[in-house]
Parts: sequence; structure tokens; C-alpha cells
Amino acid sequence: MISADIQIVMPEILLAVYAMLALLGAVYTTKDKMASLLTWVTSGLFVLLALWIGMNGQGTQTAFDGMFNDDAFARFAKVTILLSAAAVLVMSEAYMKRRGLLRFEYPILVALAVVGMMVMVSAGDLMALYMGLELQSLSLYVVASLRRDSVKSTEAGLKYFVLGALSSGLLLYGASLTYGFAGTTLFSGIIEATAHHPSLGLLFGIVFLLAGFAFKVSAAPFHMWTPDVYEGSPTPVTAFFATAPKVAAMALFARVVHDAFGDIVSEWQQIVAFLAVVSMFLGAIAAIGQKDIKRLMAYSSIAHMGFALMGLAAGTALGVQAMLIYMAIYVTMNVGTFAFILGMERDGRPVTSIESLKMYSKRQPLRALAMLVLMFSLAGVPPMVGFFGKFYVLRAAYDAGLGWLAVVGVIASVIGAFYYLRIVYYMYFGEETDALDGKMNPVLWTFLMASALIMLVGVVNLFGIEPMAASAAAALVN
Amino acid sequence: MGNILSLTTFIPLLGAVILALFLRGDDAAAQRNAKWVAMVTTLVTFLTSLFILSNFNPDDTGFQMVETRSWLAGLQYKMGVDGISILFVMLTTFLMPLVIASCWNVTTRVKEYMIAFLILETLMLGVFMALDLVLFYLFFEAGLIPMFLIIGIWGGKNRIYASFKFFLYTFLGSVLMLVAMVAMFSQAGTTDIPTLMTFTFGSENFSILGVQIVGGMQTLLWLAFFASFAVKMPMWPVHTWLPDAHVQAPTAGSVVLAAILLKMGGYGFLRFSLPMFPIGSEVMGPLVLWLSAIAIVYTSLVALVQEDMKKLIAYSSVAHMGYVTMGIFAVNQQGIDGAIFQMISHGFISGALFLCVGVIYDRMHTREIDAYGGLVNRMPAYALIFMFFTMANVGLPGTSGFIGEFLVLVGIFQVNTWVAAIATTGVIFSAAYALWLYRRVVMGDLIKESLKTISDMTKRERVIFVPLVVMTLLLGVYPALVLDIIGPSVAALVENYETAVAGFETVGQVASH
Repeated sequence: MISADIQIVMPEILLAVYAMLALLGAVYTTKDKMASLLTWVTSGLFVLLALWIGMNGQGTQTAFDGMFNDDAFARFAKVTILLSAAAVLVMSEAYMKRRGLLRFEYPILVALAVVGMMVMVSAGDLMALYMGLELQSLSLYVVASLRRDSVKSTEAGLKYFVLGALSSGLLLYGASLTYGFAGTTLFSGIIEATAHHPSLGLLFGIVFLLAGFAFKVSAAPFHMWTPDVYEGSPTPVTAFFATAPKVAAMALFARVVHDAFGDIVSEWQQIVAFLAVVSMFLGAIAAIGQKDIKRLMAYSSIAHMGFALMGLAAGTALGVQAMLIYMAIYVTMNVGTFAFILGMERDGRPVTSIESLKMYSKRQPLRALAMLVLMFSLAGVPPMVGFFGKFYVLRAAYDAGLGWLAVVGVIASVIGAFYYLRIVYYMYFGEETDALDGKMNPVLWTFLMASALIMLVGVVNLFGIEPMAASAAAALVN
Repeated sequence: MGNILSLTTFIPLLGAVILALFLRGDDAAAQRNAKWVAMVTTLVTFLTSLFILSNFNPDDTGFQMVETRSWLAGLQYKMGVDGISILFVMLTTFLMPLVIASCWNVTTRVKEYMIAFLILETLMLGVFMALDLVLFYLFFEAGLIPMFLIIGIWGGKNRIYASFKFFLYTFLGSVLMLVAMVAMFSQAGTTDIPTLMTFTFGSENFSILGVQIVGGMQTLLWLAFFASFAVKMPMWPVHTWLPDAHVQAPTAGSVVLAAILLKMGGYGFLRFSLPMFPIGSEVMGPLVLWLSAIAIVYTSLVALVQEDMKKLIAYSSVAHMGYVTMGIFAVNQQGIDGAIFQMISHGFISGALFLCVGVIYDRMHTREIDAYGGLVNRMPAYALIFMFFTMANVGLPGTSGFIGEFLVLVGIFQVNTWVAAIATTGVIFSAAYALWLYRRVVMGDLIKESLKTISDMTKRERVIFVPLVVMTLLLGVYPALVLDIIGPSVAALVENYETAVAGFETVGQVASH
């Protein structure tokens, strides 16, 4: 019995054991000299695990009496998380090394965060959920303040920690209310308790749980930490924040609302729809005045989370499928965009002001073109793949009777298009200023080009992620 | 030749890819090569489109040369042409070589310029051939990207404002259409355009927030599509992006914008609004007629006071598009025939007029009307050609401009005499602003010092105008060339529309009893 359970959580165990062994090894031997190697090994391990999970997993299995699920949904999310984390790790190696930030803790903390995320998306119980969430969050707090001697980075870590702790508190309160009124922490038990007539206490529990999740996915009005943390953290860390944890938190969100509260969709639908509307508009409008590309990406991610939440608000399998496709596309776009941002340097120093991109296209036509593709994709303009993410989400929302949400969403996307266009404007129409450095790390270059190419070529069939997302959604919503 | 349509659509894209991958350098030779590659590509596209035309059977009112492949999420890649779309395809392929030829003097970023136009051609052809809602949207919307860049990179002084306005205006219009498409997909279960044309969307009245929606779902969907096409067309009062975009765009960009991109709005009305939401069209039609009438008179008056030549022609375009929307929503054979004819003819005439402005702009680098005068003394050939197209723009009998306007007026007269009367005054106004422009620029004595050395049109410039003059005259004296092709399809469209609307009216009478 226990061996069967362990079989199911094998990938998580492997990764956790690896992280601890690596920690021991690094502490007792060479310290930071191993960091480079560890980074590559860790991301290699991520890719292997992603392949393993993607190839091997079948059907739906639960372990530890339902506390841990292994289903198509979890696997889809895990593969996305692992691959994006691997990409970000590889991208950050050279950047961090050159700035003396590459400590051996970095890849290890990322690995631990990933373990937390994998537990999150597989959670079948409020306890497992919280464990995964905290493992992830604690690792991320530390990574955010990795640049110890920088005030901004420390501030970012501290802000993230305080607000994250607050959100954990809300979440725990919601979890305890839910437990109190449902009598169990197991999702399968909660859904039985809500089947007939959910008590008021349980509804309060849902509200607090959702508020906690909204913090983690940085949905407005719980988004306040995002711009500061994005700006203050070292750029590779920002890239990491913008990708894997977002997928994990969104998948967890979907997991809880469907596995635990799937029978009372109408009770939480309004809350999620509200979060979606506010996030889309806040993300779109607040980004307009930004001068720093990292802050801009923070608001952009808030707006994108709004769209993903729109899919979730539908409360249907189609909605979950749309959300998963949206997140997969979003992560791919962000990897490419952050590869570009990581490569923005002047005299070897990182630059993040948008104005420094003036006339970038003249000196680096290919890179500017790739960035242009990514920007239009982020704006959701066809034929870039970003459009299809929006299309699926809109369709799910409309099918679920949320036509008004679809209309509001597309209007927000028009406002949002403005600031993506502004980047294109600086790169192509602006006047020349001091040039950015021409050299770009080949790893970053590869990721930038690959991501842009995916955005263009994906129009053919989205690389077949649609049926995968469909079966993942079917596993969650039934 | 099962996939001749896809072939035609994607040849320009192939040319763009070849340019992007294999052409290096930015010296004079590379620039010349870029222009020639683009020229050859557009000519080949034109030849393959001639092949489409020769295989087209006008008596078949269905879609022809259809290609279908499955795509994502129940969508499909489906292309086809019918009597309504084929001439727009021809217009596009016919004009693109001329557009490329007109930018022979461009020296900044030539390769990128050519790539932008080639990609734009693919997208425009795709719009007119797509037979799937989302595929149509994809081409329709993607066209914004190259045009945004063309205005923004190669445009005039105020190009940034104009390019943003162009993009955001049209984007806002079309995202509402996207929601409507999603709604149609959800209700009909398909995005196949031929199927949707026979699908009847609900038309029971309902109320939203206390507002009674006559025609129900159809009216809402119609409005969403209208938001997109009215901006694209552009119709008064959402036309304000057009003068800015035109003035700032480079000459070739203006030509494409006026001659082809604007036609997408009219095409959209004919492809979607009328056949798919006949009841919505019936409910909202009178509004369109009045908006068009206002557009014709108002923008003609505005055109009178312009000091910038391009802006004047841009306003004149809005006025002429007013005839098109009016003809379409008259929904009878003459009206729609006239509207399509007007679009085709306006493609030649407005394109030629923008080229005319381009000719003197290349020499003097100003579009101020006041900066010119008496050009006839130094540029006789130019004066002749400019006069010809001015007359065509006014709608002189014998030119294609006359046929379009006349047919539309005949069509609208049967529906609404008042609107017809108001629209007719537009003909007079158009004569006023066009002839006055011509007088100020070309006639009179050559007194401006700066114009003393201006040279007449070069051989290249003359060659560009020849096909346009020929087409304008040919369609003017032998309109059957166009009407025979579009006639049967338009007749079928009108017939289906009338059946649907008649059904609605009987239902309405039964309900009121």
C-alpha cells in the first residue's frame, strides 16, 4: 500500500532528495564554485522529470488516502512548470555569474520551490495544499532577496514575505473555516459536504481561500506586491516569478474550485469573474505609465492572470482547458520576453528602462523582430499564438453564459495593447539614443528566437497542446 | 490545381520570407534586388489570380475552388471565392505591383518595406478568400501589424500618433467582432461561413438592463460586426482615424489603405452582416442609410476646407464609402451591384489620386495645397492624368466612378427617396472640392519660385498610371465586365435576404395580433 503511494509521488521525492543532496554536497565541498554546474544539472533534471511525467503518466491515481492526486491535470501543470523552470534556470546562469549572484543556493531553492509547486497542483487535501504552497513561497521569498547588498532586492524579498505571509494567513483562515463547516480537509469530503446546501461558514471559507489564491496568482485587488517584487528582484528571479509559480498557483486555484467546490460553481463564479475584470483593467491601465520594463511586465502579468481567471470563471471543462492553454502560451511568451530583457545591457550593466530600446531595430533587426512578435502575441493580435489563448478563454466564458465578461475582457485587451505597441514604437519608430550592447548571450538568444518562432508557427496547430489540455481539463471537471 | 487559392494567398508571404532570409546588405544593389523580388512576387501573384478568374464560373452562386483542412478546436482552414469576393481578390493582386512600383524611390529600410507590403498582400488576399470566421478574423486583424509598421516607420512627421490611432481604433472595433464570432460559434456550433449563411440566429426581442432589443440576438451580433466594419470602412462618425493615417502614411501605404484595406469593411457587410443577420440588418439598416447620407454631405464639406491634399482625398474617400454603405443597406440588386462596383472603381481612382499626390510630394516634399499652383506649365502629362482622375472621382460619365454612384443612387431611390436626395447633393459637393483642388494645384500661372524647376513625370511614373487609366475607362464604358461576375451572386444574396426578412415580418404580425 505505502509502496504504491510512494510510487505515485516518486517525481516529487526524487526532486526533493536531489535538492537536499545537492545542498549537502555544496555546503561541504566547494560552495559557489559548484553553482554553475548545479544550475545546469538542476534544469537537466527538470527536463528529465518533465519527460518522465509526460510520457509515463496515465489515468487518475491518488495516494495517501486522497491527499495527493496524480491525474492528467496535474501532469499537464507539472510539465509546464518543470519546463519553464528549466528554461529560466538555464537563462539565468550567465547573467548571475557575471554579477556574482550565482550562489549555489539559487538552483537548490528553485528546485525546492518546484517541489512545492508540484505538490500544490497535485494536492487533494487542504493540508497538502498548504504544505506545497508554503514550501514554494518560502523558497521564493529567499530567492527574491538573493542580491543581499542591494536595497531594492532586500526590499522586494521583505515585501514579498510580509504580503505573502498575510495571504497565507487568509488562506489558512479560509481553510480552517472550510474544515470547521465541512468536517474534513479532504477535497473529496468537502465536495460531498457542499453537495446539498453549503452553509454560510463554508461560503466564508471559500472567500478567504480565494483571496489567498488571488494573492499567489497576483490577481487584482491582491496584486500590490507584484510590481515592486518584479522590479526589485534580480531579473532572472523576476523571470522565474513570472512563469512557473504563476502556473502552479493558477492550477491550484482550478484544483480547489473544481475538486472541492465543483458542485457550487455559482457560489464562486462571481468572485472569480470579479477578480478577472479588476485584474484585466488594472493590469491594462496601470501599465501605461510604466517606464521600467520589469514593472511593465508585472502589470502585464496581472492583466494576463485576469484573462486566465476568465477561463476559470466559466466553471466548465472548457474553461479549465482554456485556462491551461492560456497559461502554457503565457509562460512561453514570458520566457522569450525575459530572455530579451536579460540581454538588455549597456556597457555590461543591466538596463531595464523602456526608453533604452529606442531604435533597437536598426542595430539588431532580428532580435527586434522577435521582440515585436512577442509583443503582438502578448497583446493577443493574430496570427500570433497569444491570440488563440484569448480565443479559447473568450469562448469558454461565453459558453458559460458570461458574455458580458467576454466583452469587458476584449475591451481591456485593447487598452493593454497600447503598452505593448509602445515597446514596438520605441524599437522601431523612436529616435536614436545610446545604443545597448550588441552582444547577447547565445543561450538567451536561442530562447528568444525559439519563443518568437513558437508564437508564429503555433498558428498551425498549437503544437498539439489542445487535446492534452482537453484531457487534463476532463480529468479535473467531471 | 486544387489549392490555387492558398497558392495565390501565400506566394507573397513566400516572397517576403525569401527577402528576409536571403537578401543581405543595405547598399544600392541590395535595395534594387529587394524591389525586384517584391515586384516579381506581386506579378506572379497577379498571374495566378488571373488563373482563378479564368476558372471562375459567374453563374454558380456558391463558393468555388473551395479548400478545406481541419484546424484547431473545431475551426477549419477553408478558402473559397464567390462572385462577391473574387473581384476584391483581383483588385488586390492588380494593384500590388503598381504599389511596389510606386515606392521605387524609397531608400530607407527598403527590404523591410517590401517585406511589410508582401505580408500585407497575403493577409489582404486571405481576408477576401477565408471561409471560416476565425480564419477571416486572423487575416483581418493581422493586417493591422504591417500597416501599423508602414505608417510608423516610413510615415510623415506625426506618424506615431497616426499609427497608434490607426491600430487602436481598428483593434477596438474588431475585438467586439471577435466576441460576436465566439457567440456565433457557440450558438451554431461551427465557424464555417457557408453553413453560417444558412443558419438562422435568434431574432426574438429581449431586453438588456431595461433596453428592448428589437431583433434580439441578430441585432446584437450585427452591432458587433458593425463596430468593426464601420471603423474599417470608415463611416461617419468613426472615420477620424482615416485622415490622420492617410496624411502620415507613405504614398504606397496610402494607396493600399484607400484602395484595398477600406474595402474590407464593405466586403464584411456583404459577407457577414447581410446574409447572416438579415433581421439585424433590417432593423438597423435605416440607421446606416442616414449615417451614410450624413457622411456624404458632411465629409464633402469638410473636404472643401482642407489645406493638405492627402487629407482632402482622404475625406473624399469617406464620402465615397458613404455611397458604398448606402448601396449595401439598400439591399436590392442595383444598390449592392453599385456598392461593389463603387468599391472596385474607388480602388483604382483613389489609389491613382494618392499616387498623383505622391508624384509631386516626391519632388517638393510638401502636401500643402498652397505650396503649389500652375503645375500645368511645367508638368503637362501630370496635369492630364491628374485631371482624368479628378473627373473620375467626381463621377464623370464615361469613367467608372459614374457607374458606381449612379447604380447606388438608383438602388437607394427605391428604398428611401429622402436619403437618395441628400446623397445626390454629395455628387455636387464632390465636384466642388475636387475641381477646386485641381484648380489650385494645377491651373493658373506658375508664380511660386520653388516650382520653377519642377520636372514632369518620369517614364516609370507614367507606366504606373497606364493600367489605372485603362481600368477606369474600361469599367466606365463597359461595366458589364464587373456586373456580369457579381450579378448572380448578388441576386442570390438579395433573394435570401428578402426571404428571411419576409419570414420575420409575418412572425411580427402574428405576434402583434
